[in-house]
Amino acid sequence: MIMNTPLDNIKTVFPNADVWTQRQELYHMSIPKEQLVALVTHLKEVEGYLHLVQLTAVDWIEKNQFQLTYILNNPIKKIDVMVKTFIPRDNPTMETIHHLWEQAATYQRELREMFGINFPGSPRVDKPFILEGWDDIPPYRRDFDTKKYAEETYFPRPGRETHDPKEFMKKKLYPDEI
Amino acid sequence: MKFSKLFKINEDRSLYPPLNSEGKVDVDLSSHKYVKLWHGPQHPGITGNMSLELTLLGDEIMDCETHVGYLHRGFEKLMERRKWIQCFPIVCRITVPEPDYNEYCFAAGVEELAGIEIPETAKWLRTLTLEMARLQSYLMWIGGQAGSLGMGIVGQWSNYCRDLVLDRFEELTGGRIYHMYIIPGGVRGLLPDGFEKRMEETLKTIEEFMVDIDKVMFNNAVFKKRTVGMGYIDPKWIYQFGITGPNARAAGVPDDIRKKYPYLKYPELDFEPIVGKDSDIYTRADVRRRDLLLSVDLIRQILAKMPKDGDFKAPTPNVLHWQIPAGETFIRSECTRGEFAYYIVSDGSEYPRRINVRGPSYTHAVALLEKMITNTNLADVAGLMTSLHTYPPEIER
Repeated sequence: MIMNTPLDNIKTVFPNADVWTQRQELYHMSIPKEQLVALVTHLKEVEGYLHLVQLTAVDWIEKNQFQLTYILNNPIKKIDVMVKTFIPRDNPTMETIHHLWEQAATYQRELREMFGINFPGSPRVDKPFILEGWDDIPPYRRDFDTKKYAEETYFPRPGRETHDPKEFMKKKLYPDEI
Repeated sequence: MKFSKLFKINEDRSLYPPLNSEGKVDVDLSSHKYVKLWHGPQHPGITGNMSLELTLLGDEIMDCETHVGYLHRGFEKLMERRKWIQCFPIVCRITVPEPDYNEYCFAAGVEELAGIEIPETAKWLRTLTLEMARLQSYLMWIGGQAGSLGMGIVGQWSNYCRDLVLDRFEELTGGRIYHMYIIPGGVRGLLPDGFEKRMEETLKTIEEFMVDIDKVMFNNAVFKKRTVGMGYIDPKWIYQFGITGPNARAAGVPDDIRKKYPYLKYPELDFEPIVGKDSDIYTRADVRRRDLLLSVDLIRQILAKMPKDGDFKAPTPNVLHWQIPAGETFIRSECTRGEFAYYIVSDGSEYPRRINVRGPSYTHAVALLEKMITNTNLADVAGLMTSLHTYPPEIER
């Protein structure tokens, strides 16, 4: 049986888009980087996905890719769609969507700072948002080690011990097995 | 209504510089006409540690920029290096005054990815906790809104009421501010003996104080004069700026996630979203006041309908070895400020791959506030900001 989803007609306009369903009101969509802004504009202007809920990135360091996720909401049909695209991790750049939603500029400014993804043309994108005077690699990337940074930057507190929870509980509960 | 009336702008603009094509002023600081002023991060009129960089001409604001980063602890990054269960002490600290929405969104996301169905009693207890959190957060907010306009006594009354709700939280969960009560699979315990009776006493006290607060604050001539017609949010901006919660409902948009995307036991409760129409500071305050009373009503409904015993936690694997199947999910709930959502990505390992928190203040305190504040008076900044009910920690998770 072929399921009819509210996003079926997207495939006729964007044949490159993959659409799949997670639950009744949550859909996933994947599209090449070049067509993303066109797709998001189409969803907003034609399909009624008026509300940009979230814009965020996931670092897939093993594939050398960043995944950008745009979560859009249709307030009339009560459907959410996660639009995803992958961009290379080296020198990452993406088109801006601040002309569609005002708050997108803030999200893009944060992504620029935390992941180093550039959005040319987005307002104040190069101004520090949360971190001031940061000169290390963008901190939300997977290769940034928070523990190492904290040990190098701050003074260690005397008497502090760190345990791996799995090993610690094993030692406590089954001392004979070790 | 004329634009100038809504914003209480001086109608004679001849003394003010002309606006450019973006509707802003080209500020030339070397002309000595303007003053730069930092409102916060240490200021009683600021909601938490956040600051506004204001450019003033006389006492009118020409330009504003929101600065955050005073509270940044990198929660989202910290969670990537911890096991799923170890994220629990972290998520509740993302929004200090109402941690339960974080706990619920995180737990519901983990349950969806792991395919766990929670017991009925746990659903009722979660709904109860979320409403109690809403109640105490609104009580704290009323004090802030009144205090920012010079009525300190209202804050003392409402904080007393909030403390009573925190006492009930302490009975139920063991903690006053951070509860860590909602855990993946259910909740940590059942209602203690006599809880309903003590809760009813607390709700009655709150209702009595709300009558006084209504008289002293909402019928106060000074409060009305300073808030009616002030800080107008155009209903056209709702989706353009991502405005949600009471800020959107005061503009006449009946978007309440409890009703629109029902979760937990909300479909079984009898209520209608609270809506206003004038979209100014006064209407937003009134929407929140009525929402508070709705929470009181909902807590009574929940306690009357919920089962008092039964399973409260579904079995889960050993949490220290728990591997959540790979996948992505998105969970939302209605908090006091609007749409609160978690985006959770798992790569199938014992650690989360990425957790992203959508706090409503993210849109309200930056893009929206910067737009609304232009051309208002310096004395109204604190009241205007508090009326958006912003919490900086959820901007800079």
